[in-house]
Amino acid sequence: MKPLLLSHFTATSCIGRGLQQTLDSLRSHRQALKPCDFETVDLPTFIGEVEGVDDVKLAASMADYNCRNNRLAQLGLEQDGFADAVDIAADKYGRDRIGVFMGTSTSGILETELAFRERDPVTGALPTGSVYGKTQNTYSVADFTRQYFQLSGPAVAVSSACSSSAKVFSNARRMIEAGLIDAAVVGGVDTLCLTTLYGFMSLGLLSTQACRPYDAERDGISIGEAAAFALLERPAANTDAQSVLLLGIGESSDAYHMSSPHPEGLGARMAMQQALQSAGLNPADIDYINLHGTATHSNDEAEAKGVAAVFGHETPCSSSKGATGHTLGAAGAVEAVICALALQNGFIPGGLNTREADPLLKLNYQLKNHDQALAHVMSNSFGFGGTNCSLIFGLAQVGLKQSGEPQQ
Amino acid sequence: MTTQLTAYIEGIGILGPGLTDWPSSRAILTGEQSYHSLKTAIPAPELLPAAERRRASDIVKLTLATSLEAVAAAGLEAASLPSVFSFSNGDGLNCHTICEMLASDDRQISPTRFHNSVHNAAAGYWSIATGAMATSSVLCAFDASFGAGLLDALTQVVVDGGRCILMASDTPYPEPMFSKRPIPDNFGIALVLAPQAGPQAIAQIKVSITHDDPYKFDETALETLRLAIPAARGLPLLQAIAQQKTCRVVLDYFDGTRLAVEVSLC
Repeated sequence: MKPLLLSHFTATSCIGRGLQQTLDSLRSHRQALKPCDFETVDLPTFIGEVEGVDDVKLAASMADYNCRNNRLAQLGLEQDGFADAVDIAADKYGRDRIGVFMGTSTSGILETELAFRERDPVTGALPTGSVYGKTQNTYSVADFTRQYFQLSGPAVAVSSACSSSAKVFSNARRMIEAGLIDAAVVGGVDTLCLTTLYGFMSLGLLSTQACRPYDAERDGISIGEAAAFALLERPAANTDAQSVLLLGIGESSDAYHMSSPHPEGLGARMAMQQALQSAGLNPADIDYINLHGTATHSNDEAEAKGVAAVFGHETPCSSSKGATGHTLGAAGAVEAVICALALQNGFIPGGLNTREADPLLKLNYQLKNHDQALAHVMSNSFGFGGTNCSLIFGLAQVGLKQSGEPQQ
Repeated sequence: MTTQLTAYIEGIGILGPGLTDWPSSRAILTGEQSYHSLKTAIPAPELLPAAERRRASDIVKLTLATSLEAVAAAGLEAASLPSVFSFSNGDGLNCHTICEMLASDDRQISPTRFHNSVHNAAAGYWSIATGAMATSSVLCAFDASFGAGLLDALTQVVVDGGRCILMASDTPYPEPMFSKRPIPDNFGIALVLAPQAGPQAIAQIKVSITHDDPYKFDETALETLRLAIPAARGLPLLQAIAQQKTCRVVLDYFDGTRLAVEVSLC
């Protein structure tokens, strides 16, 4: 594929608002997961909640979009000068030449969950205030983002469970390459809600502790929430050497089971191989893998088999979910940003909460942070329905030289 | 210069109120047969393994039905095809039931209900049924979902140079959500798109973004259907193909941003 520049990016999750707090938390292994106290939820699990989401005020013109998911979206968009960067790009390219591609799994469903408690006792009707289209509907956060920037180009929500906001990079890549747009706002936003908390509980996949990816004693996920965004553009010939490029994308479907991964990690393996192929790289070129690493037994086992089949056992890897929790539809974008931070700051983030990497998984799982210059990193995102996506990022210095084709 | 994306349609599947398959729908869209809106009847998903067949909801069965018709018409195996799914919402009944349970004293939703609640449930079942391990793109753009799906599928064909199947489906919510989102019935369209004109090609389409007004049906019942269900926003394209003449048709997408499709026959 033709490399794309992440000209700006930002992430907000339970480990911090924006890049500096996120980096500091990763550097210091700050524990942000906490026992679940969300809403009226009474479950013995841990969550990764973003503080202050409900204090966010949307502009009066955007009042119909008011729900937890869009409040977190706005909080995220306003970090790190990201909104200003999109405005500058809009002036440069035109508001109809910037696409919006947002990943989410549950969008504003919380709003409807709460509205169902307020049904009219006689007619069963929902309260008049709840506005389905701009809150609950899966497209809501993409629509919100498009309206926030007053963009008029193509827009879409990608909703393939926990691969959603990794796959947005692929949809955006195709549309830029097709020439329909010149830049894309990509990202993922998912927020805590009852459907996912009680849903993952029903599957027996919620950890009773702060989740421990790839640990022999892992017992499930900790659900988190996050908003992460990147502005994608074609790189110029003089792109700064420390800029981060998207170099490769691989996508596959397991065609195996709705809520369990292929036991040998076959779909995951296909996605990783395809990502390498599209980047024109070999497994040995990848310096670090940010694993999907949810901390469920079956995910980590299947992913480890897939990784070992492609990379062998030596490539350093870790999961960020011990820090952020599993932010579901936002995880791909959050972990893309963490990969970008790792590249630019030259460090491999060790996985939080994992005490001892499961010897049966046989990967070079990193428990501690390591300072090390990185040229290429891979990020894995997999989801329900057997959906898999692997992304490869690299520094422009290496990436453009390698591809030999700076794009104008 | 306006960017135009070119592809060839090799297979069409359709299922909706009063529309049972492409051959009979073609006759309705050309005016040879009159249109009568009858409740959509969705066939059983024979291709799914027994366990999945029991758990499959309407949006799964609807999408399987339209896609299998399109794939058969194109003379292809679904297993080989990258896919684009575009739904303006997921399975309405399942969502209703989960919200009802979560508002009750017993919040223990079942694992099947939960995994059926993901927007990509139909994509998951579809890949299990067909054995397709290629990429699938699962999208939503509310009322613009058909246009968003068509654009994404076209970029796959044009940029990656292979075939792709687009499946746009919608199912209704029961009350009380029906009052907030009044989708009246199940409706789906599936299109197999190819980068080159093969022997199965029915029509060539060239798609670009326009600010022109969208096409509206003269026939009231068809126009009602087009406006009532987001996936039915694709019907004017199917009418243009059915009429078997070169023409330009504008499809609804977003307010002020629409898709112009130049249709020519193969």
